[in-house]
Amino acid sequence: MEGAAGMTSTPESWGRLPKVTQTCRTVYSRFATLPDTGAPFLAHGLGRSYGDSCLNDQGTLLLTRPLDQWIALDTASGILECEAGVSLAEILTRVVPEGWFPPVTPGTKHVTVGGAIANDVHGKNHHVAGTFGAHVLGFELLRSDGSRAWCSRTENAARFRATIGGLGLTGLITRARIQLKSIANPVIDEEQIRMRNLEDFFRLADESDSTHEYTVAWLDTLATGDRIGTGVFMRGNHAGPDAPAKKIKGPLPVSVPVDAPSFLLNRQSIKLFNTLYARKVKGERHRGFTHYEPFFYPLDVLPGWNKLYGGRGFFQHQCVVPRDGSGGPIRDILETISRSGEASFLAVLKCFGSAPPEGLMSFPREGVTLALDFPNRGTPTRELMDELDHIVLQNGGAVYPAKDARMAPETFRKSFPALDAFQAEIDPAFSSCFYRRVTANPNQE
Amino acid sequence: MSDTVLIFGATSAMALHTARNFAAQHANLALAGRDRQRLEALAEDLKIRGAQQVEIFPGFDAEDETTILKTVEAAWKSLETIRHVLIAYGTLPDQSKAESDAAVLRSAVEVNYFSVAGLCHAVADRMLEQGSGTLSVISSVAGLRGRQSNYVYGSAKGGLNLFLQGLRNRLHPKGIRVLTLLPGFVDTPMTRDVPKGPLFISAEKAGSLIHKAMTRKKADVVYVPGFWRVIMTVIRSIPEPVFKKLKL
Repeated sequence: MEGAAGMTSTPESWGRLPKVTQTCRTVYSRFATLPDTGAPFLAHGLGRSYGDSCLNDQGTLLLTRPLDQWIALDTASGILECEAGVSLAEILTRVVPEGWFPPVTPGTKHVTVGGAIANDVHGKNHHVAGTFGAHVLGFELLRSDGSRAWCSRTENAARFRATIGGLGLTGLITRARIQLKSIANPVIDEEQIRMRNLEDFFRLADESDSTHEYTVAWLDTLATGDRIGTGVFMRGNHAGPDAPAKKIKGPLPVSVPVDAPSFLLNRQSIKLFNTLYARKVKGERHRGFTHYEPFFYPLDVLPGWNKLYGGRGFFQHQCVVPRDGSGGPIRDILETISRSGEASFLAVLKCFGSAPPEGLMSFPREGVTLALDFPNRGTPTRELMDELDHIVLQNGGAVYPAKDARMAPETFRKSFPALDAFQAEIDPAFSSCFYRRVTANPNQE
Repeated sequence: MSDTVLIFGATSAMALHTARNFAAQHANLALAGRDRQRLEALAEDLKIRGAQQVEIFPGFDAEDETTILKTVEAAWKSLETIRHVLIAYGTLPDQSKAESDAAVLRSAVEVNYFSVAGLCHAVADRMLEQGSGTLSVISSVAGLRGRQSNYVYGSAKGGLNLFLQGLRNRLHPKGIRVLTLLPGFVDTPMTRDVPKGPLFISAEKAGSLIHKAMTRKKADVVYVPGFWRVIMTVIRSIPEPVFKKLKL
């Protein structure tokens, strides 16, 4: 099971909803067969999926964290093979001193390799590097019929494409081979620039497209009218060999031990946070060297930050919509939020690159992606997100399953046009709360 | 020169996490166990974690005395001097099955007591020859008091604790250290079906504590983790007329 602290608790998702009952079976060895506890199965690594895609009510959850062995590391070519439960944090600790870095990293390093493949995760470098799956050379898939197959772009290619972004539904990934990227040191040459509106964002994104490997923007969702798009644009590159050494501060010595009261994150406290965050940038722009940890993983310094949302948990909503000139759909979405009275604590905006999706079910595609989180306030929160989905679908966009706990089956189908081809590759004994929910037949309800 | 560490039952969860700590210090490791495939995988993993050399001794069967002796002989032949030996295998029988099936009872005592004791003697002979060494054995707090829920396992481990006490007494004048490791609840495949309570620790944590006990402490008996010393002191101090009425 995951770290010592999490051992006695039932696995849950990062958004801490829904609450479910499931049998847990730890997978101790990549050579082991699936347990006899009965279908449906679902792999569960570090549980950083926000919604129900990492949960399996009434089924068996295969806890994969003990699959944490290294298999091969070629420090000349940067090719790493490891078991699927190895985390990005462990990869960083092992390979950064050798001059290598994960090719793509999401906003937390506490994800497993298996999870990174199953959600085909993306990072701040999507515009140049594509998704995590683009750097996966191959993996072994254990199916419920007992078969094991190496899947790559040349072997079992259909299954390879279905498993990347396949939400764990095609079987259990036991091990994977990844191409790492070369770095000179752990330092990032970072720049933070104030944005006053959405035009600023798109101008900076275009300008940085070919000059910066990493770009992302943080938005103040309480801004209204002409101020929509107020926030901070962050961009960076791995520093050259001459950069000064930077130390990591490491995680805070405390974590969030228990649920915070649900009223802690309200409109006022979020407003205060946003104001303070915006002040982080002194003047118009700030450039400097920083360690990769605060640049990529600002939230990892506070273990258990999800408990700040209290016992009711929170929703994430991440969508991608076409760019559409001056950013029409994104503006619609932001205006809808600001009208709603709901507030998002963290709002992140990024332009995806034009690389074709790596997997059949990959979420990232050309366009602009917006990630939001909302404290769970019940019906009003759900209604707002339904409204956002509507805007996304009208514009031919998609909603991200890894962050979802509530999208309608129709939203799912329209977000993933390759669903039929994907379904042919699903392992019949694998399923998840998410998948059952988004494929439920509305006539039966 | 770096330490050489020989581990019996190397693919067990506590053993492999102990081995990782030795690997991080660039030790030479020798891994004995049943399954060649798992030993090979573990060896690769430990090399990537920093181990200088890793040698494997597959085909080791705790219930087969000849494989035990053969493995000891092969290990010393290949490695010459071995600083640390860790014996990490064991089996947790289903208590209720052991009450009705003599074969289950026999096998529990065979693996947890006879096999380990015989191996200890074989290792002791080699350490006496080389004139040094630390022999560390993973026993259990279950061996400190007989409880209705677990006394078959507990009695084998209890016998082992006494055996190690005597062996320590015998080997101490020769400069050989015998370390009894007493884990409480550890989340491993062995305790898969035991409901997990707040006293459980991860195999990773246990491995790091065992490594620390083996390399740093001078202690003879180490609880893993240390709070079990307090718990067991309390449990052992309960008078038998009272204890027999408890549901433990």
